[in-house]
Amino acid sequence: MDFTFSEDQLLFQETVRSFLVNEITPERLRAGWDTDTGRDAALWQQLAEMGLTGLTVPEEHDGLGMSALDFVLLAQECGYVALPEPLVNSVLVAVPALVDLGGELAAEWLPKVAAGEARVVAGLEQNLVVEDAHVADLLLLERSGQWFALTPDQFSAERNESIDPGRRLFSVTVTGNAEPVLSGEAGDRLRLASLNRGALGCAAQALGLAQRMIDLSVQYTSERQQFGKPIGSFQAVKHHMANVAVRLEYARAPVARAAYAMDEDAAGASLAVAQAKLAACEAANLAAKNSIQVHGAMGYTWEVDLHIFMKKAWALANTWGDAGYHKQQVASVIFAEGAALGAGSTFR
Amino acid sequence: MQLAFTEQQQAFRKEIREWLAANVPAEPLKTFDTEEGFQQHREWEATLNEGRWGMVTWPEELGGRGCDLIEWLIFEEEYYRAGAPLRVNQNGIFLLGPTLMEYGTDEQKARFLPAMAEGRDIWAQGWSEPNAGSDMAAIRSTARLEGDKYIINGQKTWSTRAVWADWLFGMFRTDPDSQRHRGLTFILVPLNSPGITIRPIPQLDGLPGFAEIFFDNVEVDVSNRLGDEGAGWAVAMATAGFERGLMLRSPARFQETARRLVELYRENEATASADPAIREAVIRAWMDAEAYCLSTYQTACRLSQGGKIGAESSTNKIFWSELDQAMHATAMSILGARAELLPHAPAAQGVGRWLDGWLFSQSGPIYAGTNEIQRNIIAERMLGMPR
Repeated sequence: MDFTFSEDQLLFQETVRSFLVNEITPERLRAGWDTDTGRDAALWQQLAEMGLTGLTVPEEHDGLGMSALDFVLLAQECGYVALPEPLVNSVLVAVPALVDLGGELAAEWLPKVAAGEARVVAGLEQNLVVEDAHVADLLLLERSGQWFALTPDQFSAERNESIDPGRRLFSVTVTGNAEPVLSGEAGDRLRLASLNRGALGCAAQALGLAQRMIDLSVQYTSERQQFGKPIGSFQAVKHHMANVAVRLEYARAPVARAAYAMDEDAAGASLAVAQAKLAACEAANLAAKNSIQVHGAMGYTWEVDLHIFMKKAWALANTWGDAGYHKQQVASVIFAEGAALGAGSTFR
Repeated sequence: MQLAFTEQQQAFRKEIREWLAANVPAEPLKTFDTEEGFQQHREWEATLNEGRWGMVTWPEELGGRGCDLIEWLIFEEEYYRAGAPLRVNQNGIFLLGPTLMEYGTDEQKARFLPAMAEGRDIWAQGWSEPNAGSDMAAIRSTARLEGDKYIINGQKTWSTRAVWADWLFGMFRTDPDSQRHRGLTFILVPLNSPGITIRPIPQLDGLPGFAEIFFDNVEVDVSNRLGDEGAGWAVAMATAGFERGLMLRSPARFQETARRLVELYRENEATASADPAIREAVIRAWMDAEAYCLSTYQTACRLSQGGKIGAESSTNKIFWSELDQAMHATAMSILGARAELLPHAPAAQGVGRWLDGWLFSQSGPIYAGTNEIQRNIIAERMLGMPR
């Protein structure tokens, strides 16, 4: 039994954190909202140079051949800065899907992804819209368990504006004559695995978002004075933030465990991911609710940075399986006849 | 990361599971808030100790097994899974025991630890006073040094299981001119000393689960002082650390409650499903109990690799106490009109121990530092908010 991250994993997190915090400032995020694509090719190249785009690309395709567990702390840091680039979905969903599809498709595209020369995006039917379809050089599109590998000439993408200006969402229509590259049981298995991977990405980012909202709120309430004191010295304000800290603290281990299950325990992955996403998104939603409250009217403005993180948290809570879907995953396990529950049943 | 038990850990689990299967009384013991039940629980502690299961984390020479935190969690899982009796001496073995090992002299360790492990000495706590609750540094009970004796005067209250306990550990003001945390001393007091009056206080269930204790010129030998004179606060804080919290309320307890809650819901689904909030609460209870378990294992692994516990550990008590309350509230909702009935009432079929648990869960957010105090600690020490 060893429930700790390795020193290498923690060191990689440190490196990525300091890069992202320096580069992805709220000013830069705001500037990105007004650009055509909202995405930054130069930044993507930098992420590739750090090995991030190729993190889950197998070594024989020029990647680092790492796992979901290796990436989960990094995804958390992506959440902390509300990174708009589609890195989390690429590393956790699109690349593993491409690896699963295999063959010439994988051999052609994976080295390009690792080098940062191409972006592969995965879109599931359950998600209603496809994130970042506009910058996809290859779109892996799932419809009713059938998978299509589409280049930009084979689909059209109509933008759906989100309340989060950092998110770029599209209704995708297949335009050409595309044959599915995978279907049947294998297609459905990949659909479920992809959904779980996407949900894990949301959960990890939600941890980072919650932490960022706590940090912003602590800073604001330490500076803002009323009644001659910082408002953060009042218990009513403190307890709002302490409540967030409690929910966040107990969401961390479920997210780590879900990443581990994704790599090591396919049968238990849906349950572990459901627990992780529900816990982490609940923590992030509570962080949003209590953070706007302690910011007062300032929190309701466009000018204060809080809304950047708040809106992303709201969005992640309802995509890659909403709360109802994931609660159903939990319910189907714990209410099953003969379910092994209780003390000593957690690690099986 | 490797989320599987080693062969050694599995063998340990098997050993305790088999011992419990052979030794846990078939008939549940009476509650230790009755004289008869207290005696039964005292005997159970002796049985546990004979099997060397009394305090597995203690060193072997003290009757323990020198277990690490992971083995402790395994022990607890099997213990709660087997429905073994609650630990009547938890104040002693979980709180005072580790403190004695850290601060006690060799003579004190030899004198107190074996008797504690055998259940001969059952311990009560003496922290709270009528005017020192959340504000513990406001303690006013005094201990005046005269020769080789302390002369104790004052009053302690909310002392759990003090009615039938043998000993009390607590803090007393040894320096009459001192303020707040300074001038307090940690002293061990035999509860049969002349000058002690114990007045039982009935709890919510009507049973004398705690007591107030009056000290009228009670003489205690100076060899009963734990740590230095005036160092009581530091010694007392050592009893409140994470590992002690882990000893007192390990995840197994809540996971078993969650399992029983799922079972209760399934048995009563026809009526309980009329309120969709109940189903939601059952799902959440199970998830939170699992999250508590996962987080505890994560922290235990980090500590056993030499990691340090930080201020984040103060989130622990809020999480389990609110979980316990929520689980029992949900059980009450499922039981509906039966919820208020005592188990022996004719119409109470199948209510089990839920009502008792519901009552006890009301105390969780209050004892061991109210949750409001915990929130202040989290905000100030973990998040760095201004005082």
